Amino acid sequence: MTRARFSTLCRKVPAWLAPLAVAAGLAACGKSDSQTETGQPAAKKAIIQNKGSDTMVNVAQVWAEEYQKVAPDVEVEVSGGGSGVGLAALNRGAIAIANASRDIKPEEIEQAARNTGKVPKGFIVGYDALAVYVHKDNPLSEISVEQLAQVFVEGASIARWSQLGVKIPGVADDTIVLVSRQSSSGTYEFFREHVLGKRDFRMGSRDLNGSKEVVELVGSTLTAIGYSGMGYATPAVKKLKLSPKAGAPAVEPSVENVTNKTYPLARSLHVYTLGEPEGPVKQYIDWMMSVTGQKIVQDAGYVPVPPAQPTKP
Amino acid sequence: MAMPSPRPERLRLAVVGERLLEALIRLCGVSAIVFVAAILFFLFREAAPVLFASRFQIGEFLFTTEWYPTSISNVRYGTLALTAGSLAVTALAMVIAVPFGLGAAIYVSEFCGPRLRETLKIVIELLSAIPSVVWGFIGLTVMSKLIVRFTGAPVGVNVLNGGIILALMSVPIIVSIAEDALKAVPDSYREAGAALGATRWQLVYRVLLPAARNGLLAAVLLGVGRAVGETMAVLMATGHAVHVPHSLLDSVRTLTANIAAELGEAPAGSDHYRVLFLTGLLLFCITFVVNLTADLAIRGIRRK
Repeated sequence: MTRARFSTLCRKVPAWLAPLAVAAGLAACGKSDSQTETGQPAAKKAIIQNKGSDTMVNVAQVWAEEYQKVAPDVEVEVSGGGSGVGLAALNRGAIAIANASRDIKPEEIEQAARNTGKVPKGFIVGYDALAVYVHKDNPLSEISVEQLAQVFVEGASIARWSQLGVKIPGVADDTIVLVSRQSSSGTYEFFREHVLGKRDFRMGSRDLNGSKEVVELVGSTLTAIGYSGMGYATPAVKKLKLSPKAGAPAVEPSVENVTNKTYPLARSLHVYTLGEPEGPVKQYIDWMMSVTGQKIVQDAGYVPVPPAQPTKP
Repeated sequence: MAMPSPRPERLRLAVVGERLLEALIRLCGVSAIVFVAAILFFLFREAAPVLFASRFQIGEFLFTTEWYPTSISNVRYGTLALTAGSLAVTALAMVIAVPFGLGAAIYVSEFCGPRLRETLKIVIELLSAIPSVVWGFIGLTVMSKLIVRFTGAPVGVNVLNGGIILALMSVPIIVSIAEDALKAVPDSYREAGAALGATRWQLVYRVLLPAARNGLLAAVLLGVGRAVGETMAVLMATGHAVHVPHSLLDSVRTLTANIAAELGEAPAGSDHYRVLFLTGLLLFCITFVVNLTADLAIRGIRRK
C-alpha cells in the first residue's frame, strides 16, 4: 500500500519538476553565454565561440583541439559559414572571435560600433594563396588573371575551353563549368575584388557552400574550373599557375611565392575580436601566433606568419 | 416541488469543466488561422519597407533573372530564375511522385494481402522519417554520380537530381494520405461494384478514384507543398546556380535554398534582408495559389 503510493509519487515528481529543470537549464545557458561575451576567466570552464571563414575552418578546428591540450579549462567552439557570417555574428556580440579570409569592411566596423559600442580588432594569423583549380586531366597548366576574369565575369567572353586553346580529352561539350562560392564567403569577395575588379560574377555558376565542396566538384568534373584556398588541394585536381598579366611569367601558388608576394592572389587570414582581446581570448590568440599555432597553419597547407613580423591589424 | 439533485456542486463543476474544455478546443482550432495570419504579417512587416520603396520595382523583382544581391556596382534583385528553378524541380518531382504515389496507394489499399500491406505501410512510413539532409547527401554523392554516368552531363547536381530526390521525399506522404482516402470509401461501394460484375480495376477506376478524389487531391497537394517548401535537400542536390533551366541537366537554384543560403549573412534591416523576406512572401503566394486552384477545381467537380 505505502509502496504503491510511493511509486505513484515518484511517477508524479518528474512532471512537477520539469519546469524547474527547464528553468535551471536556461539559467545555466544564460550564464555560459555571458562568460563568452565578456571573455572573463570563469570559475569552471571558459567557452570561446569562434565562427566565420570556411577557408580557415580546418585550421580553426585543429587550433581548438590542440588548445584543449594546452589549456584544458578553455573550450573553443568552432563553426564555419563564411567570413561574412562570422563578422556579422561578431558585430552582434554573439561570438568572441570571428575568422575572416578578407579584410573587415568599413560598414561592418560601423555596424559593430552601433550594436556593441566596440571597434573590431584584427590579427593576421597566416597567409593563403587563392588557388585556381581544374580537373587533373585538364591539359591547361597556366592562366592569366585577365583570362580568369573573362571566364568568371558577368558578360564573359570566354565560355568554352577551346577559347583558352585547350582540348579536354573525352568530352564532347567543352562549355566551361564555373564553380564559385556563396556570397557570404570571404573567398568569393576576395576573388570578386582582385580578379573581377569589383565587377559581378557571371550568372549560372554553381555557388557552393564550402571550400572543400568546390575542390570536390572540380575534381569530379572534367570541364570545371573553380577557386578555393590552397590548403584544399586533392589528388583529383590541379592548381593552375597564375600570371599577373598576359605575357608575364606564371607563378605557382606555393608557400614560397606567397611569402615573397609574387603570386597575384595571395591574401591574409585574419581573426577579429570586439575591442582589445583580454583574458582567455587574448591567451588563445597569442597561442595561435606561437610556434605551435603557426605550425598548425603550415600543416593545413597555408603559409605561416614569419616570426620576425609583428602582428598588426 | 424541487428536484432533489444528488450532488449539485459536482454537476456545476462538470459543466464548468466542459465549457473550459470546449473553449480550449476552440482555441486549438482557431490557432491555426492565427498562426498563418501571424506568419503572413511577420513576412509582410519585414518585407514592406523595400516593397514600397521607390527604388524597388516589383516588375523587376518578379520578371528579371539577374540576382546580384551583394554586387558592389549594380545591385539587382531579380527572382525569375529562382522561381523557375523552384517550379522546374517541383514539377519534375510531381511528374515522378504522383503516379508512383497514387499507384502505390491503390496497390496497398486494394490489391495486396494483409501481411504485405502492414509491411509496406511500415516501410513507407520509415521512408518519410529520413531527414532531408540525408536525402540531400544522397543526391550529392550517390545520385550525382549515377546521373553523370548515365546521361553524360558534366555535373550531376541539377534539376533531374533535385526532382528525383524530392519525388522520393514526397512519395511517402502521398501514399499514406491517398491510402487513407481510399480506405475511407465505404465498403458498400466496393460490394455494389462487385455485385454489378465490375472487375477490380474497373472498380478502382470507375468507383473508388471518383469517390476518393478530394482526399487524393489533398495527398497530391501535400506532396507539392513538401516539394516546394523543401530546402536542405534541394540546396545540396540542385547545384545552386542562378540559371533559368533549359534542360533537365541544368543546375538551378530554388527560392527556398536561396533564402537558406543568404539570410545568415544579410545584415538585419538591409535591403538584401528585406528582399529575402519578400521572396518568402512570394513562396507563400505560390503555395497559396496552388492550394486555391486545387480547392476551386474540387468545388467545380463537385458541382457537376
